[in-house]
Amino acid sequence: MSTNLAIETTALVKVFGDNRAVDGVDLRVPAGTVYGLLGPNGAGKTTTVRMLATLLRPDGGEARVFGHDVLREADAVRSRVSLTGQYASVDEDLTGTENLVLLARLLGHSKPSARDRAAQLLEAFGLSRSAGKQVKAYSGGMRRRIDIAASILNTPDLLFLDEPTTGLDPRSRNQVWDIVRAVVAQGTTVLLTTQYLDEADHLASRIAVIDHGRVIAEGTKGELKASVGSGTVHLRLRDPARRQEAERVLAAALGAEVLLDADPVALTARVDGGDRGASEQAARALAELARSGITVDNFALGQPSLDEVFLALTDRKGGAA
Amino acid sequence: MTTTTTTQETELEREAPRAEELAALLLSAERPARPSALTTSLTFGWRAMLKIKHVPEQMFDVTAFPIMMVLMYTYLFGGAIAGSVSAYVQFLLPGILTMSVVMITMYTGVAVNTDIVKGVFDRFRSLPIWRPSPMVGYLLGDVVRYLIASAVMLGVGLLIGYRPAGGVAGVLLGVALLMVFAFSFSWIWTMFGLLLRTEKSVMGVSMMVIFPLTFLSNVFVDPRTMPGWLQAFVNNSPVTHVAAAVRELMAGGWPAADIAWSLGWSALLVAVFGPVTMRLYNRR
Repeated sequence: MSTNLAIETTALVKVFGDNRAVDGVDLRVPAGTVYGLLGPNGAGKTTTVRMLATLLRPDGGEARVFGHDVLREADAVRSRVSLTGQYASVDEDLTGTENLVLLARLLGHSKPSARDRAAQLLEAFGLSRSAGKQVKAYSGGMRRRIDIAASILNTPDLLFLDEPTTGLDPRSRNQVWDIVRAVVAQGTTVLLTTQYLDEADHLASRIAVIDHGRVIAEGTKGELKASVGSGTVHLRLRDPARRQEAERVLAAALGAEVLLDADPVALTARVDGGDRGASEQAARALAELARSGITVDNFALGQPSLDEVFLALTDRKGGAA
Repeated sequence: MTTTTTTQETELEREAPRAEELAALLLSAERPARPSALTTSLTFGWRAMLKIKHVPEQMFDVTAFPIMMVLMYTYLFGGAIAGSVSAYVQFLLPGILTMSVVMITMYTGVAVNTDIVKGVFDRFRSLPIWRPSPMVGYLLGDVVRYLIASAVMLGVGLLIGYRPAGGVAGVLLGVALLMVFAFSFSWIWTMFGLLLRTEKSVMGVSMMVIFPLTFLSNVFVDPRTMPGWLQAFVNNSPVTHVAAAVRELMAGGWPAADIAWSLGWSALLVAVFGPVTMRLYNRR
């Protein structure tokens, strides 16, 4: 028994017509962490979450939440999870307070306790001034917050956040991130779906990259980044006219493909550290450039961003298909 | 300039979520016991009441529409069918009451469908509660709407000369029977609300069911004036039984057979469409 797993799926499948939206997904989400499901639109993230939240029946495979089967023990699963959907899953016609009181009552709170809990959460989420307004009058960021507040009326053991920051401005996005950090700090496991790599990078400790209904990579952020090469060099030249020449020199020195950025003086290349490490490789490449008389104004060596990881992974997949 | 910026900043500050308060809330929360089926159903009924409060326009169909029905049919057919308006209204009012309430039930399907399209349905479905309670809640809320419609129609009826011989008790019994039937009949609409994709298709299908069912009944005229094949349908229609039972109860009688038929139909409707609704609800 793997009781320390919040979610465990084996070959999970969901088919809509002839579209295999989820096509054999295996996930093992450790309890107490933020786990990121990363993928483009239509990759199967939401469908996976809906099956785990007992809203959709899997067509194949198995899914367990804290050891409970999502089909046979749906009620046990429901009592431990909360869902914040892609669209505000609160009643837009009701006010913020009414929504929270309604849900608190449905979760078993007495009337006074429901009202207290609603008021406290509205206060903590910075929504008390809009508590009496209908949710349809809320801004995008406020909707997201009332939605998450509704999900933690009873502190859940597992919280599904389905693209919680899609369409939010940076301030609102940061507020949602703060909330997620506060929630997970209290021991709740969070399954976060997102199409933003920086969001997964900021919040998640483990990430599964999903594309076309399949997990194409899984691991910690570090592992994922290492899987596509140990580092990336970013260069800025003084003279844009010499970029093509610099590209040839770099490609020869690093033995890797060089990407030309939109900026006419910038180049990016992946460095495969090999035995001698990325820094030595990069130093050698710099020396080669100097010998060719190409002036480098700016140089940086770093881990690849998750964006680069993601593009590399989905490219590889696309090329194979 | 500076003052404005500062005020703005403090406002934004106040609206920002507070992580420490949140943390304390998450820690302190003990999980209450699972609520009963009655509590959750009534809570969903309360939601329907809140909807009426926030979207009062939806009250047209239980106020203006019933008034229109009573006046229109009484004065349109009164002279021709019964010789006089005051004579006809004695016959028509309980029937038109039944017909209007049965017609109003179809908005249940639209309400269910609207909720599905929005995300709130997902939240309800992911709650650990008695599964039918959201549906029962809709219907309880609707019963309140039916009661309002009934009161409005009876009020108008009394104004234009309806004098129920059964008195207050007879009228209340009639309305009670009608409520039981309307509640049971509405399970057809919860089914369609879950089954059909758009609000428009729900409306369309509802019309197709409701018009023949309500018009092909004894609401307007005595079925004995109809051709035999139509009598066979009309005499066995649930709406006919309910309308006859309501009419007799309000007239001070005790139509045992029609009451039994009405309750039998109610039980049958719930027994058939209740499980179908719940199957669709769980399957989605």
